[in-house]
Amino acid sequence: MVNLTVDGKNISVSEGTMLLEAIRGAGISIPTLCAHEAVSRSGACRLCVVEIKKGTRTRIVTSCLYAAEEGLIVDTKSERVLNVRRLVMELLLARCPESDVLKKLAQELGVEPQARFVADTDKGKCILCRSCVRVCEEVVGVSAIGLFARGSHKTVGTAYNEKSDVCIGCGACVYVCPTGHIEMISTGDKRKIWGRTFKMQPCDKCGKYFAPVDQLKFISKKTGVPLSELTVCTECR
Amino acid sequence: MKKISNAQALRQVQEDLKKNFDPNKKMVTICAGTGCRGYGCIKVKEELEAEIKKQNIDVEVRATGCFGFCEKGPLVVIHPEKIFYQQVKTKDAADIISKTVAQGEVIEKLLYRDPVTSATVMKEEDVPFYKKQKRLVFGSNGIIDPTQIESYMAIGGYSALAKALSEMSPEGIIDEVKKAALRGRGGGGFLAASKWEGSRKAHGSPKYVIANGDEGDPGAYMDRSLMEGNPHSVVEGMIIGAYAVGASEGYIYVRNEYPLAVVHLTMAIQSAREAGLLGKNILGTDFSFDIHINKGGGAFVCGESSALFASIEGRAGEPRAKYVHAVEKGLWDKPTVLNNVETWANVPLIINNGADWYASIGTEKSKGTKIFSLVGKINNTGLVEVPMGMKLREIIYDIGGGIPKGRKFKAVQTGGPSGGCIPESLLDLPVDFDKLYEVGSMMGSGGMIVMDDRSCMVDVAKYFLAFLQEESCGKCVPCREGVRRMREILEDICAGKGTEGDIDLLEKIATGVADGSLCALGGSAPNPVLSTLRYFREEYDAHIKDHRCPAGVCKALITYSIDPEKCTGCTLCVKVCPVQATSGEKKKPHTIDNNKCTRCGACIESCKFEAINVK
Amino acid sequence: MTKASNIAATTKTIVKKHGRDKSALIAVLQDIQEAFNYLPKDALKAAGKSLGIPFSRVYEVATFYNAFSLKPRGEHIVKICMGTACHVRGAAAIQDKMERTLCIKPGETTPDNKFSLETVNCVGACALGPVVVIDTEYHGQVTMNKVDKIIGKLKEEGAQQ
Repeated sequence: MVNLTVDGKNISVSEGTMLLEAIRGAGISIPTLCAHEAVSRSGACRLCVVEIKKGTRTRIVTSCLYAAEEGLIVDTKSERVLNVRRLVMELLLARCPESDVLKKLAQELGVEPQARFVADTDKGKCILCRSCVRVCEEVVGVSAIGLFARGSHKTVGTAYNEKSDVCIGCGACVYVCPTGHIEMISTGDKRKIWGRTFKMQPCDKCGKYFAPVDQLKFISKKTGVPLSELTVCTECR
Repeated sequence: MKKISNAQALRQVQEDLKKNFDPNKKMVTICAGTGCRGYGCIKVKEELEAEIKKQNIDVEVRATGCFGFCEKGPLVVIHPEKIFYQQVKTKDAADIISKTVAQGEVIEKLLYRDPVTSATVMKEEDVPFYKKQKRLVFGSNGIIDPTQIESYMAIGGYSALAKALSEMSPEGIIDEVKKAALRGRGGGGFLAASKWEGSRKAHGSPKYVIANGDEGDPGAYMDRSLMEGNPHSVVEGMIIGAYAVGASEGYIYVRNEYPLAVVHLTMAIQSAREAGLLGKNILGTDFSFDIHINKGGGAFVCGESSALFASIEGRAGEPRAKYVHAVEKGLWDKPTVLNNVETWANVPLIINNGADWYASIGTEKSKGTKIFSLVGKINNTGLVEVPMGMKLREIIYDIGGGIPKGRKFKAVQTGGPSGGCIPESLLDLPVDFDKLYEVGSMMGSGGMIVMDDRSCMVDVAKYFLAFLQEESCGKCVPCREGVRRMREILEDICAGKGTEGDIDLLEKIATGVADGSLCALGGSAPNPVLSTLRYFREEYDAHIKDHRCPAGVCKALITYSIDPEKCTGCTLCVKVCPVQATSGEKKKPHTIDNNKCTRCGACIESCKFEAINVK
Repeated sequence: MTKASNIAATTKTIVKKHGRDKSALIAVLQDIQEAFNYLPKDALKAAGKSLGIPFSRVYEVATFYNAFSLKPRGEHIVKICMGTACHVRGAAAIQDKMERTLCIKPGETTPDNKFSLETVNCVGACALGPVVVIDTEYHGQVTMNKVDKIIGKLKEEGAQQ
């Protein structure tokens, strides 16, 4: 066990616990946008920053990536911390003015849009948290989407913005997206995502369209289970 | 070269080579650094060789690395007298061979001439540019042929390696480097020995050592000159470092823009392998180590260690949060020591001469020398190596010869995009790691860009933020979005659209970006803004409140006019104007229509009478 | 051979040269660019396939680094140095002039495929600033007048061929 202090409160957590979990475990809330339980952490959004003190040295770290240490003194609401969080929220609001998720979070944190920033119109609701890219690589295992270019030109998508031949239409990226940026339209026997239309498989029992055929083929290939055994939806299974 | 079996044999090889490379022998060296190549030195070398053949004289012409005095290239030195010729042209070759080389006669017009006294200087070391320098790391550049390992060995090259392997323990080497207090020459000035020690103690294998040659700071080119001009010094330093930390593999990460550095390093590694200085059982010991070269893809952020590792691993150069240090988990998550090219090149010096000698040079906490690239609005542009602690004024005026055209010094920018602009009031600052940091700048890799009263400090801040916006990897929000927003505000200020609250807002964003960014690029990105705000706030105010650019740079805030007293009506400005804004009759004063004028500067460049005013 | 299969074959040879090592991706792309003067889409696909790297990851690397071009480039590549030393010595004016002379912006190629214009963050030849590098040749202390001369000369050489 590791003992540390968070906002004046003594807590102990098991070794290897990240500060984010340690702090939340102590009943203190920390905002995050990019730390999704399904994927590895990148530290991209910077909302979860806290100020830590080790000896005489203080520094700002992302709580999602910093493991709890013995004797650490953590301040989750110092002036520096709040300043970073406010800036991040202002920057994201200017980037994605349409996002309701961001608006709501900003309200919770008491942050107003910065009037001096000209709001973007071309970024959609994407905050580049990279959860979608990570889930596609780490969980699904196809890496159909990626992060392209760099700096303020960075975008998420398929290579050349063209239909990806490895995408299985599973929609895991939609599921992990914190702001609802990724568009997936399912109509009857078809699902459209990342510019590609997928044929949906009806459930052998209830007849409901439940998964793209490509996804089932992918699972069959990966697990060795014949495709014919995969054509029943989870509810009927 | 044949494989050298042990340290003793290496000393013998060096002795034999010294005979071939007799310092008293007649020889012509010509600088083949990038600057001199730009001036056409290769053609001069060919001409010198042709003349030697024609005149039937037995003398070697050796193309060496950069001599440093780039302003006056192409540079030629006649040995052993060390007669220093500057701005040598192909047509001078015949005289150099027939007069100086054959008869020892000095050609007056090729000598350096003091701009103030007009007196000529014959020897290299007496030229004011070189006089105050202490060229420990960089000095051999002008004498060795970087493509020949023999040339390096003849001046004692690889002695330090022999000493390290035959007389010292790895811990002993680390102690020596620690006592020498060698600090990293690439950026933050971290103690090299701490990294080495950390990596030596770390669990995991293999261990790696890396030379960072991704010299990304604009305005800095000392690493380039070392890799091109003295590649073996870097290689030797790395082998010693690898032995000290127990590394078996090394990488040199070279900027894509430096093709010649790649060629020379490749040759150096190849010949070191042949000589048994790289590969299995180096100098007959149990120690094995080899070096690979990686060419960068053009990304400033790859100067950041975790981004550099990602790049070597074949991925996009995005930094990771570094809560576990690279000495424990670096390249491929293995213990890794990453030092800059110049840092590695310092290592053989420390081993050869001892830590006490090394620590006697420099200031209390910054030891040794530092190579700076003295560029921008300065008379003697070039690479200078000085002891740590030399005053900025000495570097800029005594070595650099001051500001051209009698203009006024305004600021010197150090530390690249992470650094800051230092004003005239701080010219007596002794330059070392900590002093530069105290005044809001940093050492960085050693770029020193001098600016005069025609440089706008808001424009300079904008320039750096534009640079950083392009070079940000885009991973974390504060750096990707914050730097961009700061740049937009600076664009507005330069366009005369700045508002009252802009400076406060800039400062607020700056603090958030510095505190909140994932890596050092973002962490230091606000520095160019903060340092110019600190020392040149009135210039920001002039832009915002008075819609005026005092330096005459920001196009939206200036107007051109023609001084009728000075204008002779030569019509040249009419010819060069791309938008027909200048007009006038021949031999009568011309005028500029400011509604049409785009302030492109073509008329100013063309006017021989300095008749065009900028306000 | 069709063009696409030619590209794939060349790419495979390059990948083989680098020992099919995943970490050699950047070096592989550098060699592909050397061979074709840019990174053709088919080459990226072929490289990914032979190295066992997803196409999206190859595209990530190809778009991340400045040195790579995804578009075919002209016969001459004109690089304007944007280093600090060049900036304070008037690189911006040289860039404007070059854009006017070639009628293209950085990242573009002239319609006759003669010139591509690029900006580069310091070429490490600060003493020569402002610097323009055309192909492998360094042009120092460039003025607006000199831009006309340099480009004029290259155009003339092209016309003679």
